[in-house]
Amino acid sequence: MAFATLKTNPAWTGWSRWANRHRMWLFAAPSMIFVALLIAFPLGWTLYLSLTDSAGSVRNPSDFIGFENYLAVLTDTRRFWPAVGRTLFFTVGVLTVEMVLGMAIALLLWRPFKGERWVRVAILMPLVATPVAIGMMWRLIFEPNIGFANQLLGWFGIPAQPWLSGAGTALPTLMFVDIWQWTPMIVLILLAGLTALSDEPDEAARVDGANAWQRFRHVTLPLMMSSVITAVLLRSIDALKTFDILYATKGKGGGSFHEVETLNIYAYGLSFDYNKYGASSTVLVLFFLMIIGVVWILTLRKKRSAL
Amino acid sequence: MSPTQATLAAPTPIGLPALPRAVVPRRRKRKLTAYPIFRFSMLALIVVGFLAPLAWMLLASLKTNVDIYDASKSILFTPTLDNYDTVFGRADYLAYVFNSFWVGFWSTALSLLLGVPAAYAMSRFAMKRSAMVVLLARIIPGVSLLVPWYYVFSNLRLVGGYEVLILSHMFVSLPLIVYIMMSFFDSLPLELEEAGQVDGLTPIGAFLRVTLPLSTPGIATAGILAFIFSWNNFMFALVLSGSATKTLPVAIFDFVAYASIDWGGLMAASVVVTVPIMLIALFTQKYVVSGLTAGATKG
Repeated sequence: MAFATLKTNPAWTGWSRWANRHRMWLFAAPSMIFVALLIAFPLGWTLYLSLTDSAGSVRNPSDFIGFENYLAVLTDTRRFWPAVGRTLFFTVGVLTVEMVLGMAIALLLWRPFKGERWVRVAILMPLVATPVAIGMMWRLIFEPNIGFANQLLGWFGIPAQPWLSGAGTALPTLMFVDIWQWTPMIVLILLAGLTALSDEPDEAARVDGANAWQRFRHVTLPLMMSSVITAVLLRSIDALKTFDILYATKGKGGGSFHEVETLNIYAYGLSFDYNKYGASSTVLVLFFLMIIGVVWILTLRKKRSAL
Repeated sequence: MSPTQATLAAPTPIGLPALPRAVVPRRRKRKLTAYPIFRFSMLALIVVGFLAPLAWMLLASLKTNVDIYDASKSILFTPTLDNYDTVFGRADYLAYVFNSFWVGFWSTALSLLLGVPAAYAMSRFAMKRSAMVVLLARIIPGVSLLVPWYYVFSNLRLVGGYEVLILSHMFVSLPLIVYIMMSFFDSLPLELEEAGQVDGLTPIGAFLRVTLPLSTPGIATAGILAFIFSWNNFMFALVLSGSATKTLPVAIFDFVAYASIDWGGLMAASVVVTVPIMLIALFTQKYVVSGLTAGATKG
């Protein structure tokens, strides 16, 4: 009954008419304001800090020093450029393996089979597991003396490896961990793409005598290019920003020789271990530009494939 | 792409002579027998590959540290719950479990409240640019937000409280929810709410009473995924949580900081974090998968 009286109340009907007319912005505005407040301001501040020599505490007075930070960072061949190299090596490496492996698994799962549900559950588990816990789990498995990895190598007569504790092996080991955890993501996206395909083109090609590889390369793959690019896009954004497993296994500075120090780890360390906010902001601005560049290129590519 | 288009386009790139010798396609017997075996062994390998490390973590959490160091006791050992005793005995591990739930619950609920109507408006009115603003949040490196956030929130004396954690986790879940719900609303036929409006509902009324009830699967998908992402989040809580509001990932990380590594305890702590989320994923598998693949199949 309360609703009925509310309905006849002129103030309510006036408001209701206004709300309905402006529902587009009424619905969208709260989210946009929230995001804008939490992004626009920090982003603006990061830009500003990157032009100052802010250090110690952000409350300390800092001087505006123009592009000096950028000059210092871009000529830093000791920490910055190696970090750029590691970030790119990590991202390109894991992405390549994850795409190839993910595609292979997706094709394997494509046609229905008995026990399909259980295979899918198995694939989903690494994906939802907490990355920090996963980092700890692999830390034990790759422990040089007591870990299962070296035990396994021992069975085949291969000498023990330092894995996470080796300066040269730590990053590839962590790439393996990333591949273990995130290949399932690619599988799920590609599988969704495959399932949406109609059977007819594949059948037609089969009737024409194309073999399995030809059918995949010239029929299936072109038809699901949009899923492929979505998978690459989503994964590359996250791979560039990988933080949890790196920090959980190697700690501050990416290990004692900075062997797994990517841009994200480097920027985090500059801010929260060394309190060099100016320099950190500079690294972050450059890092952000790099991510935007990657996203931009892939989005263009996606648009072209959708035509 | 429509099926007819696909059928027309498909055979051209192969460029094989269009005249097969036999009219009836030949069945290749050899392939038909070999493939299922190959496929089965590959699938078994995949299942083992993805699950074995997790099983190893579970086994190690049930071993004494002496057994963990003994290679001959990899599989066969006397299980013990001592590690779980240590984990729950030391510090306030149960409190951290609660923190993770509390932050995950509120950040998901509030993000749904803000995100679902926004996604609806962005989908129905094709607000491409506004959608970009929200999705931008997905691209930004989280570290760049932490310094300003820390400064502002510590001035407001909020660092170490639940509010900051909830807000920072919302920053992750809101874009996720908008992204998932937009592709859900895109696929929901417009006719249903139009019918509601013909029957005398206002546009907002039609949204609340027709579209929203129909969107339960989409909302469940978005909500479950947002909760999982909040539960797993490490970086924001690492900086913004206090000793009383610590979430589980930070608690595990601190476990290592204590002198030498207590492997059994560390694995038990890791199991405590991963098992709840895996159970949720297990029972809501369909939703989790559809959320992770939202928007993957459209051009």
